Amino acid sequence: MNGNSTRSDFLLLIIFAAVVLTAPITLAPIGAGYPDILQKFAIYGIFAIGFNILFGLTGYLSFGHAAFLGVGSYASVWMFKLFTMNVIPAVIFSVALAGVFALLIGFVSLRRSGIYFSILTLAFAQMSYNLAYSVLTPLTNGETGLQVRHLAPADRGPDYVLKLVNEDLRWVDQAFGVVEHGIPITNLFGMKMSGYPGFYFCAVILIIAFFIAMRISRSNFGMMLKAIKSNQNRLQYTGVNTRPYLLTAFIISGMYAGLAGSLLAVTDPLAGAERMQWTASGEVVLMTILGGVGTLIGPFLGATLIKGFSALFSSYNENILHQFFSFLPEFMQDGVVAVASMFVGEGWELTLGLLFVIIMLFLPGGLMQGFYLILGLFKRKKTSPPAAGKSEA
Amino acid sequence: MAILEVSHVNKRFGGLKALNEVQLSVEEGSVHAIIGPNGAGKSTLLNCFVGRLMPDSGSVIFNGTSLLGLRPHEINQTGVSRVFQTPEIFEDLTLLENVMIPAFAKADGAFKFNAWYRVSSRAEVRDEAAALLEEVGLADQSKMICSALSRGDKRRLEMAMCLIQHPKLLLLDEPTAGMSRADTNNTIDLLKKIGERGITKIIIEHDMHVVFSLATTISVLAQGTVIAEGNPDDIKGDPRVQEAYLGGAHL
Repeated sequence: MNGNSTRSDFLLLIIFAAVVLTAPITLAPIGAGYPDILQKFAIYGIFAIGFNILFGLTGYLSFGHAAFLGVGSYASVWMFKLFTMNVIPAVIFSVALAGVFALLIGFVSLRRSGIYFSILTLAFAQMSYNLAYSVLTPLTNGETGLQVRHLAPADRGPDYVLKLVNEDLRWVDQAFGVVEHGIPITNLFGMKMSGYPGFYFCAVILIIAFFIAMRISRSNFGMMLKAIKSNQNRLQYTGVNTRPYLLTAFIISGMYAGLAGSLLAVTDPLAGAERMQWTASGEVVLMTILGGVGTLIGPFLGATLIKGFSALFSSYNENILHQFFSFLPEFMQDGVVAVASMFVGEGWELTLGLLFVIIMLFLPGGLMQGFYLILGLFKRKKTSPPAAGKSEA
Repeated sequence: MAILEVSHVNKRFGGLKALNEVQLSVEEGSVHAIIGPNGAGKSTLLNCFVGRLMPDSGSVIFNGTSLLGLRPHEINQTGVSRVFQTPEIFEDLTLLENVMIPAFAKADGAFKFNAWYRVSSRAEVRDEAAALLEEVGLADQSKMICSALSRGDKRRLEMAMCLIQHPKLLLLDEPTAGMSRADTNNTIDLLKKIGERGITKIIIEHDMHVVFSLATTISVLAQGTVIAEGNPDDIKGDPRVQEAYLGGAHL
């Protein structure tokens, strides 16, 4: 409990904020200092931090959280299309709508636990995916995806409602007399949300999201969630109704996912059904486990690692590999490059898979366990480092 | 005055009649032991008190409220705490947290959403939990994770988790099962100490040493029916009990 005081939490928050806000400078040397990738770190960091509130604290493994990510994206794009390109209403509406979806899906799914709960959430997410992909085409624009488009002509006919996926209204912007040249981009009270401002907007929200997750984890509510994970049966015989605790945790993590989905739309106003697919749900599970389930920092680290690796390794090609292995004699070079090239470019997921296997074998507590091992080496004179998965930071 | 009134309780599992017209009346402040040979229906009866099993017919009235059909957490909120056969604790949490959780369940009810203030902001709960850990002799380990505790210490901890709720009725399901003689005696001492608080207790137990050290009243269950009830001395001398429970041998 030493690392659990108000002061050390404050310190952790300050360090976290400093790391996030200085990322454009600190990550520049490894080629990740540009806003596109940094935004992804921040957004998927939010997704994973929220997912961890459910999975990390209660142990309930949802395999359908991408549904809420998708709902958040669609909700935001609709706000851009109908009302305003300002991001604030879009973010608020997305979070609220994702919360409603989480309430409905959680209410049903939480009637079961363990693998049955996971399967139920997966089923709901795949249903959402199919709704978005084909059934609800007038709302989602199906395969093409929903985008911000040009304004509908002033003399639009009575059937304009059906054309809304391709022609926008932006009532609020129009009421304020905003003139559009081509397809507009999102803004925060006039500040364009592309490039670094877009990243900093996501970064500030990430820091707030991290702070809230920290408060939850240290609160009574958080303690009850950990008790559910530890021994739900005992908790019920102790007089606690666990269902509403679980549902609340599910809704909160769904809202985090909705927020992440909304930010994806803020930085690139486009929503597609593939965002809801089960692979996207699986990705956030990997991020959380890779970083360290139940830790505060771990899920963010896992998200950064996976998104960073995908950007880094998918950008490599044979030419770069030849340069990299140029120290080898010619006849060996070709062989090595041929093998290595399977793991980059299109095959970057192979690298990720290998990395995941290695980390799970040697650090089942994820990257945070590795972090504590290293920390333990430095202060061996103090008490032993927290055990795997039990750490609080 | 009876705090728990069990009447005409029947429970059938397929062709097996596990409980047959069970009548039981537990006096307030008493230590009521339920004994009986294996398969007599002791645990089935206990599970009917805590909402794990629903009897086919009959009634279980605790302190004026029917317990039938209530869920485990609702039964706990009426003032019934339970100690399990194998200690059920929150293994991944610290001892202090283990004791604070039931205290919060008592103070805040079955659900309260407080996700903003730190657990440590409720100093009164923390102090009470620490005092209780001191009382059961676990104060030194209060910041430890529980999974490392010995079986006997887990039992003490579980007892503290029940006591902090100030229950009106404490159910003990074989509290010394699988314990060494030393741990058993420690548990008896602890239960005697708790006895000073005047909490009504129901004990299900195999170990006659434990039963006769603690019980003020004993009910003997055999084949799903109460065949005898009385104070320990009467039960010791009752020939029906010796026949059913001990196969005729003398205690």
